[in-house]
Amino acid sequence: MNYDLVLRVGTKLILPFILLFALYVQFHGDYGPGGGFQAGAIAAGMVILLAVTCGLDLAHRIAPQSVVQRMVPLGVLVYAGTGVAGILMGKNYLDYSPFSHNSAQGHELGILVVEAGVLITVAGTMTSLFYAFVERGR
Amino acid sequence: MLLTLLAVVTIAIVRQRSLFGVVILASIYSFLIASVLIVLDAVDVAMTEASVGAGVSTVLMLATLHLVKTTEMKQVRARLLPLFVSLGTGAVLVWGMQVLPPFGTPDAAIHKHVAPRYLAESIKETNVPNVVTSVLADYRSFDTLGETTVIFTAGIGVMLLLRKARRRGRRDDAET
Repeated sequence: MNYDLVLRVGTKLILPFILLFALYVQFHGDYGPGGGFQAGAIAAGMVILLAVTCGLDLAHRIAPQSVVQRMVPLGVLVYAGTGVAGILMGKNYLDYSPFSHNSAQGHELGILVVEAGVLITVAGTMTSLFYAFVERGR
Repeated sequence: MLLTLLAVVTIAIVRQRSLFGVVILASIYSFLIASVLIVLDAVDVAMTEASVGAGVSTVLMLATLHLVKTTEMKQVRARLLPLFVSLGTGAVLVWGMQVLPPFGTPDAAIHKHVAPRYLAESIKETNVPNVVTSVLADYRSFDTLGETTVIFTAGIGVMLLLRKARRRGRRDDAET
């Protein structure tokens, strides 16, 4: 299929910045607005934009379907695993304080890991939903 | 001003027969709601609304339209009962709003329970200046785990539905 040249070039130009913005929203969520949920949606939006303007094959190359589908349960496992790690270290489920020698630092670390879990699940779910719709429409 | 625009877009959605137009108008509606949320200082929620409501869900709706017909069917039932139900629900909601404290009251019940502790202790206990994040991922971390599981379950469900139907379609093709 032939895709519009302007759209293709434009998309490729802004693609890295969208990804960078997603990562910024993810890791700056501690200090400003944002977090795993929003960052996941932005990252998924990047893949969808690529698929819409440059074709599904290119999107499959940077975000293979097998990887994206595995991300869906992986994020939940990361989140729940953080809770179990809290139990194994002698505290309650999802208590982050034992992750570091300093309780506040442990909490900071725990929030980071948990947000990463949310990011993985949200990005994976939205991208693979899009893939599923496109596959069905073929 | 924003609320007027919201009302205009809602009426446009109701009057629009082409589903494609409805999806685009719903996306505009999401952006307007995001602006309202920014005015209300709920930047995190506004960001979610803009990225999920206006961005990803619009794309998914368009992808759905790719699979089904794009014009709304003519109405077959009478319109009186739905009108009555929605007016009744609206009346009950307005009636319920009468007992809520006025908007922005600092001594409302919800601001007196645990919120002051979160605001005062968040940086000391978690090193995270954005209280929204620390409440979401730490104080209320079980809720967020539940939300993530909901996303997981919903995603898996939709994927299974789409995939199963596809396989059955292929078998029918082979038989005929």
